[in-house]
Amino acid sequence: MTLTLKDVSKVVGGRTHVYPTDLTLEKGTMNVLLGPTNAGKTTLMRLMAGLDVPTSGQVLWQGEDVTGQRVQDRKVAMVYQQFINYPSMSVYDNIASPLRLMGLDKATIDTRVRETAELMQLTPQIERRPLELSGGQQQRCALARALVKNAGLVLLDEPLANLDYKLREELRAEIPRIFEKSGSIFVYATTEPEEALLLGGNCATLWQGRVTQFGPTPSVYRQPADATTARVFSDPPMNFIEIHKTGDRIRFGTGDDVAAGARWQDLDDGTYTAGFRPNHMTLEGADGALNFDTTLVVTEITGSETFVHVDHQGTRWVGLVHGVRDLDAGRPLRVHIDPRHVYVFGTDGRLVQPAPYAEAA
Amino acid sequence: MKTENQKAWFLVLPVLILVAFSAVIPLMTVVNYSVQDTFGNNQFFWAGLAWFDDMLHSERMWNALGRQIVFSSIILAIEVPLGVLVARNMPKKGVWASVCLVLMALPLLIPWNVVGTIWQIFGRVDIGLLGYTLDALGVDYNYTQGFYAAWATVIVMDVWHWTSLVALLAYAGLQSIPDAYYQAAKIDQASRWSVFRYIELPKMRGVLTIAILLRFMDSFKIYTEPFVLTGGGPGNATTFLSIDLVKMALGQFDLGPAAAFSLMYFLVIMVISYVFYIVMTNLDKEEGGE
Repeated sequence: MTLTLKDVSKVVGGRTHVYPTDLTLEKGTMNVLLGPTNAGKTTLMRLMAGLDVPTSGQVLWQGEDVTGQRVQDRKVAMVYQQFINYPSMSVYDNIASPLRLMGLDKATIDTRVRETAELMQLTPQIERRPLELSGGQQQRCALARALVKNAGLVLLDEPLANLDYKLREELRAEIPRIFEKSGSIFVYATTEPEEALLLGGNCATLWQGRVTQFGPTPSVYRQPADATTARVFSDPPMNFIEIHKTGDRIRFGTGDDVAAGARWQDLDDGTYTAGFRPNHMTLEGADGALNFDTTLVVTEITGSETFVHVDHQGTRWVGLVHGVRDLDAGRPLRVHIDPRHVYVFGTDGRLVQPAPYAEAA
Repeated sequence: MKTENQKAWFLVLPVLILVAFSAVIPLMTVVNYSVQDTFGNNQFFWAGLAWFDDMLHSERMWNALGRQIVFSSIILAIEVPLGVLVARNMPKKGVWASVCLVLMALPLLIPWNVVGTIWQIFGRVDIGLLGYTLDALGVDYNYTQGFYAAWATVIVMDVWHWTSLVALLAYAGLQSIPDAYYQAAKIDQASRWSVFRYIELPKMRGVLTIAILLRFMDSFKIYTEPFVLTGGGPGNATTFLSIDLVKMALGQFDLGPAAAFSLMYFLVIMVISYVFYIVMTNLDKEEGGE
């Protein structure tokens, strides 16, 4: 089983929702679509499902062209951000509904419904109606409805976004386990980089209707192909600064001049964009660290960590530092970045040199 | 410092006075009339429950109640399904949605007596488009003389006037269903009927309960339109409860029986509405709807 998108695009009313995209999803893989709201994740899923017909290009299922085929005739299941169940049916009937429509016999339906309910830990609730359940259980029921069909393609459109933190963690931890048992192609859309990393598998990063990179999730994270991917795959987004290399010196922004050293020796002279992730910014200096004088804009304390928003020569950076830092806004602040954590992108956005820490990992 | 005083009463007083004048005193006046007899000159005599007894044994009232129940049943049986059907076929967005909404709302904006007048003229055999056309087609139609013609006209008139209300409420209910439900049903290969039965109907249950209650109460109290159209005729064919009540109270000036009649009328509406409400909300729980 493979799903192939060949040059697929979607234009609605003159606005391009998805630019021509090539993507191949293999049998038994977990594929994460990562991107901010309106990046085209849902549109791409609707194209995969057959709910929308692409403006151009082809959708192939096991090599067969299914572009014009109705969703009813494809083997697809979908789970949404909202908890979509039949409100007047019990959990059992909800899970059974796709099987009944497929015309299976009663005994088979019963076995499969009970198996799926057990897998989704819904057995105690099986006679209840969806609205009598908690949000997490309602979404389990919707997931069960999607899984029971044994559809080759299971599309999950931000399925955990409407759940509270604890339930989200719980269900997220289960999804890879459920996925392994099913053997289907899973596609999972999310806006959260952290969620993508926890799910693993492959990841396609989306930005404004384009797939910027597709590959194994950890390697997309560690070695983003370009600055856009790096920005999408980092929350808060990656921080950037323009750098200029002349000879063996590197100038950051308009000021700080450091020796290129072994780290940047091989770069050609010229202008680049350096990027580093918020969690790599520190307030404590160390040997060999790059130092920047900034102005503190605001701090946001989230339990044991603090988001530090600083202004560096007119550019806003965000750092994620450990501990509670209650600092006054407007005061000067010296921040530090280990050169091993710095990515270098060309002026066109392409990755020129991944951060050494990422290469090593 | 004293923290307790009676000043709060002044805040409640305006409401008490307003409710007293608008509801309690008029209602009590009716209660007053219903247990007394008068021969004019503002002299009243205690009559006890005699008027209630009279009314309960009045064939006239039972006949009017019978007609009323038949009328409301027919109205509900036509307007609720028709309203839902119309709502389901209205466009969901775009210019046409607005156009449809305005067109649907139009009948609701027309005053009752104007609706009666419109249909009175519309149905006339000599100058009315409907009456003339039916007559020309050879249909024996005359709402001032024929029993069935009169009933049919009153019912069609009410359907014309009020189906919009049901349709608009049902439309609002349908609009609140997220598109994802329809997509999910499509992926499940559910039929159009299943979508209606298992998604739309449960999701519309709340607004439909309100629509049925409103239409029941309103049709049970119907007065102006048939009064203008047929005056309750031919004979007593379309004399519904309100029409009979007004004839009794103002036509014959039988204030005592009319007052007793009103109170029982009021109770009947309350009891039936309550039963409707209980039945529908219980259905709700059984079906697990919202």
